[in-house]
Amino acid sequence: MLHYNFDWSVVTSGKYFEWLVSGLKVTLELSAIGIVGAFLLGLVIAVLKMSHYRPLRWMASAYLEFFRNTPLLVQIFFWYFGSYKILPMAVNDWLNNTNFEFAAAVIALIIYTSAFIAEDIRSGILSIPKEQMEAARSAGFSYLRSMQYIILPQAVRITVPPLVNQFLNLAKNSSLAMTIGVMEVTYQARQVESYTFKGFEAFTAATVVYLGLSVTITTLMDLYNKKVLNAHRA
Amino acid sequence: MIQFQGVHKWFKKLHVLNGIDLHVKPGEVVVVCGPSGSGKSTLIRTINQLEPINEGSLVVDGMDLCSKKTDINRLRAEVGFVFQQFNLYPHLSVLNNITLAPTKIRKTPKKEAEEQAMALLERVGLAVKRDAYPTQLSGGQQQRVAIARALAMKPRIMLFDEPTSALDPEMIGEVLAVMQDLAKTGMTMVVVTHEMGFAREVADRVVFMDHGVILEEAKPLEFFKNPQHDRAKQFLKQLLSPMH
Repeated sequence: MLHYNFDWSVVTSGKYFEWLVSGLKVTLELSAIGIVGAFLLGLVIAVLKMSHYRPLRWMASAYLEFFRNTPLLVQIFFWYFGSYKILPMAVNDWLNNTNFEFAAAVIALIIYTSAFIAEDIRSGILSIPKEQMEAARSAGFSYLRSMQYIILPQAVRITVPPLVNQFLNLAKNSSLAMTIGVMEVTYQARQVESYTFKGFEAFTAATVVYLGLSVTITTLMDLYNKKVLNAHRA
Repeated sequence: MIQFQGVHKWFKKLHVLNGIDLHVKPGEVVVVCGPSGSGKSTLIRTINQLEPINEGSLVVDGMDLCSKKTDINRLRAEVGFVFQQFNLYPHLSVLNNITLAPTKIRKTPKKEAEEQAMALLERVGLAVKRDAYPTQLSGGQQQRVAIARALAMKPRIMLFDEPTSALDPEMIGEVLAVMQDLAKTGMTMVVVTHEMGFAREVADRVVFMDHGVILEEAKPLEFFKNPQHDRAKQFLKQLLSPMH
């Protein structure tokens, strides 16, 4: 027989519930800022990678290879333990007064995920017929404006499904932020477990949070795809 | 308005434009024809530098295309280009296809740009399609929108690269009619086309090209009645009775 008494009340009410809720808020913040930042940075890197200027292309390639091919955990440690040693004093002071753990985690998540997003967007851009660029340039748009108004809006539509994957990865990867002391939901679940020894309940709660977050992201992107992007597709 | 002088262009080893001299005057309608691979599409694409030239000089609307100082985007804003495959922006409605460049490049206020776009849509007979998307239109309708889109920038020159070649026969007429109306307004036009009826009725001059060289330049009537060059005679014969 099972020698374990389930006690769900520890995670559904009281102090520990509040811990989990505050963890959920941090996880949501990490994910939201991370997704927006990684998407925008990914766009920039994708465009740089397709630039006509070789040095820019090389820079973008180096960025992609570097950040795609090193573990996220190492990158988080790098920003948290490594970066402040080479930053100016003034920046350090400012960082110490803000939430440095959070900042380091968000920066690492954004940079790491942007490398994958850039490659997804680039393949989207490559799938747009070159005549679209010709039409835009013929109208008098510069290369960057053509990208902005004509190519990227079409490329992003094609890129939505792989983007959803990257957004989901980012939301789940935000749990690694606990390793540098960001009090997000996994961190709080650990805390609840240490205080109550109710590991099953605590991590079930964390699991439900991530599941809910992922389903929300997928649903929102689905809605966006259907209502905004494909409304006109005959 | 457009002045080619000794223009050469190579694609790798292929000599596509071999010493082109051509002068298009303001308000003139010039039809360029010739067999496929003759360089006529390349020729028209050099005028707004979709294809840069390798040698010679090309001056368009007073701007020297070979000079580094020329702002190519400014030049392109003054030159409308209509493609064989229309190339409308599929993610934008008909109205937004037309207003995009005027609002972003000319900084025309949105309301004014939309009024102008509607006037242009009236002119090409598609006002009812303002909210449609390109995929919902027939080829002929798409090409008329593409012409309206180019005209929205109030260009000084209009270039047409085989504008009816991708259309079903029954739609060719509606596009040619729009172009004919445009020619009547005094627009400077260069048209690459096989539509000899259009050339005869609308063109001021017909240019016949083969192998990257202009072989013949004449008034339409002279060109059709009495072509000088053997290649031109052969081309016309094939075009008018393809079965023989």
